Amino acid sequence: MTDPLLIWSYLESGPLLWLTATLVAYWIGDRIFRLSRGKPWFNPVLLSVIVLGGLLLATGTPYETYFEGAQFVHFMLGPATVSLALPLHANLRRVRKAALPMALALLAGSLTAVVSALGLAWLLGADFGLLASLAPKSATAPVAIGISEKLGGDPAMTAVLVLLTGMIGAIAVTPMLNALGLRDWRGRGFATGVAAHGVGTARALQVNPTAGAFAGIGMGMNAVLTGLLAPLVLQLFR
Amino acid sequence: MPSVVSGIITLLLFQLCGEVVSRMFSLPLPGPVLAMVAMVIGMALSERLLALIRPVASFLLQNLSLLFVPVGVGAVARLSDLSAHALAIGVSLIGSTLLAICVGALTFEYVARLTGNVDEEEEA
Repeated sequence: MTDPLLIWSYLESGPLLWLTATLVAYWIGDRIFRLSRGKPWFNPVLLSVIVLGGLLLATGTPYETYFEGAQFVHFMLGPATVSLALPLHANLRRVRKAALPMALALLAGSLTAVVSALGLAWLLGADFGLLASLAPKSATAPVAIGISEKLGGDPAMTAVLVLLTGMIGAIAVTPMLNALGLRDWRGRGFATGVAAHGVGTARALQVNPTAGAFAGIGMGMNAVLTGLLAPLVLQLFR
Repeated sequence: MPSVVSGIITLLLFQLCGEVVSRMFSLPLPGPVLAMVAMVIGMALSERLLALIRPVASFLLQNLSLLFVPVGVGAVARLSDLSAHALAIGVSLIGSTLLAICVGALTFEYVARLTGNVDEEEEA
C-alpha cells in the first residue's frame, strides 16, 4: 500500500481533486436547497462556499491550489453570460415594450447601489482603497474587477464583494419585494439583475422565467452603466 | 438535432469575437456582454442559430449558480481583510443591495403604471 500522504500530495497538486470537490459541494448545496423547497436562506452558492471554505481551512489548502481545479467551472461564466441571450431573445417583444420603465429603473437602481454603498462604508470609516474596491460591486464580476483595477481598488477583494452582494440580493429579494407588494415580475427581475448581477439572475431564474429574463437584461445594462457611474461617484469621496 | 459540440463552438466563437471587439475599441462593455447582444441579434435573424445554441445555453443557465462557487470560496481566502472592515463592509453591502433592489423595482412598477405599460404575456 502506498502511503496515503503520497496520494494526498499527488491529488493536491492536480486539478482533479478540487474540481470534483466543487461539483460535489454544489450538488449537496443544491439538494439541500431543493429539499427546503427553494427557501432563499438555503442558497446553493452560500452552502457550497461554506462547505468548500471549511475544507480548505481544515486541510490548510491555499486558495490558489483550489482555483487550479475550480478554474474550469469559473471559466464557464463567460459562455453562460453569452447564453443569457436565450431568455432575452424569447422575451424580446416584452423587453422592447418595457423600454421606458427599464431605463428609469436602471438609472435609479444603479445610482442607489453605488451612492449608498460608498456613503455607508465612508460613514463607518472605510479607507479610499476599500471604497474603490466597493464602488463597482453591483456589476457582474468580470466587469467589476476591471473597473476596480482602473479606480485603484483591489480586484480580488472586489470579486469577493461582488459575490457577497449577489448572495445578499438572492437571499433577500423574494421576501422583501413580497412585503412591498410588488407583483410585476418584469420589474422585480430587472431590479434584481441591476443590483445583484448574475447571482441575483440565477435566483430570479429559479423563481420565475419572466423575472429571470429581465434580470439578465438588468445585469447586462448595469455592467455598462456602472463603468460610467462608479468613477464619478467615487470622486465625491476622495 | 444539432450536436452539442457545435453549440459550444458557436458560444465560444461569439465570446471570442466579443473579447476582441471590446479590447480593440476599449469599450466599457466586457466581451461576454457584447457577445450576448450579438447573439440576441443573431437569434432574431436565424432560427438555425437559435436551435444550435438552445441545448447548451439551457444547460449552462440551469446551473448558473454553480459557476459562482469558485469566486465565492475566495471570500475564505480574504477572511482577514473582510473581518478587519467587517462592520463597514457588512452594513454597506447589505444596506446598498437591499435599497438598490427596492428602488429599482419600485421605479419600474411606478413608471409602468404611470404609462399604462402592463405585461399581457405574463404566464400564470
